[in-house]
Amino acid sequence: MCRVVDLRQAVLAKNDRCAHDLRADLAGRGTVVINLLSSPGSGKTALLEQELLLAVARGVPVAALTADLATENDALRLARSGAPVKQVLTDGLCHLEAGMLSGHLEGWLPPQTRLLFVENVGNLVCPASYDLGESLRVALASVTEGEDKPLKYPTAFGLANLVLVTKTDIAEAVGFDEALFRRNVQQVNPGAPVLLTSARTGAGAGALLDAALAVADGTAAHAPVMARQHPHPHEHPHDHEQGHGHDHNHDHNQGHDHDHEHRHASAVPRPHA
Amino acid sequence: MHEMSIAAAVVGQVEAAAEAAGAFAVSSVRLQVGELAGVVPDALRFCFELACTGTVLEGAALATELVPARARCAPCAADWAVGMPPDLCCPTCGTATAELLSGRELQILSVRWEDGPTRAADREPIHEER
Repeated sequence: MCRVVDLRQAVLAKNDRCAHDLRADLAGRGTVVINLLSSPGSGKTALLEQELLLAVARGVPVAALTADLATENDALRLARSGAPVKQVLTDGLCHLEAGMLSGHLEGWLPPQTRLLFVENVGNLVCPASYDLGESLRVALASVTEGEDKPLKYPTAFGLANLVLVTKTDIAEAVGFDEALFRRNVQQVNPGAPVLLTSARTGAGAGALLDAALAVADGTAAHAPVMARQHPHPHEHPHDHEQGHGHDHNHDHNQGHDHDHEHRHASAVPRPHA
Repeated sequence: MHEMSIAAAVVGQVEAAAEAAGAFAVSSVRLQVGELAGVVPDALRFCFELACTGTVLEGAALATELVPARARCAPCAADWAVGMPPDLCCPTCGTATAELLSGRELQILSVRWEDGPTRAADREPIHEER
């Protein structure tokens, strides 16, 4: 017999559960994850090199995991800081998932790590959908990428707890309009803090490290509007007997006044586990 | 393109649900995709067909239901369609007090499948099989 069955399951439920467990597990060990998202070439690695060096100099136990489709170039650069670094090769996959990260940390992450920086695959589309169990999600954009980057990639910038501008040393040469960039960030992510940095001149050095340490010490990160939706999917599937060709068309109340147990339906960064 | 990973997750979840219910031959899957879910329905449909191959979902149709993104400003009690790219600042007071009402959905709503009342292992063997 042909039947239409309500499933009401979040597609990313498995990743979200995994991210939630990882965040809780790491919190128990005193570790927080910082997820860095940007397009290729925006300067994630150069910025991270600088922040790791500073952390090591200040005696902050940090580690970094960097993901690319190929080459160990980034890990070699980051390892010069002296911090534990791991290169993950995704074999063509465009993003990291929580289960992948969890697997890579096993047997590698030093137990006393305070901050784990994850340099996601250079891509502003796909990584945005996956919560990795981070406590701070940072979207980066270099001054050469255009002030409208946050509008073109609203999910990446809209779900960030912090937005970071890189390569400000050449801002004037490329005619970067900082006010316009900030307005565009505010449009998709009202209230999001924006930090300006240049790995070349050292401007804004330590700003990312300080932001990460503040979150690790319990300061609430900025909560993006886009991450605050509660879609209330039903956890329990309930069956509806249906004849052949009968349209399954009844209305489900998807209002926002439910007070029953629910799960978040989408992958969103949650500042605190 | 993460639509392949999304499609594989949909297929995996439907397969598990079908197996648990003893169902076979899934003919369609209804999916809710929010305007801000970061998923392209056309790309997802293409990947879905590939991901279904060799599973109980082989040949299943994917119906996507798009959910427009709307936000609300609590102090102003105004709600608005945020559009794309989204404008999440209150159009009335301009402040960052908005909350998203819809648009981030990415969930399997329902599936249509054939129940399997006559699975080979459950029935009495016919004379020729004894």
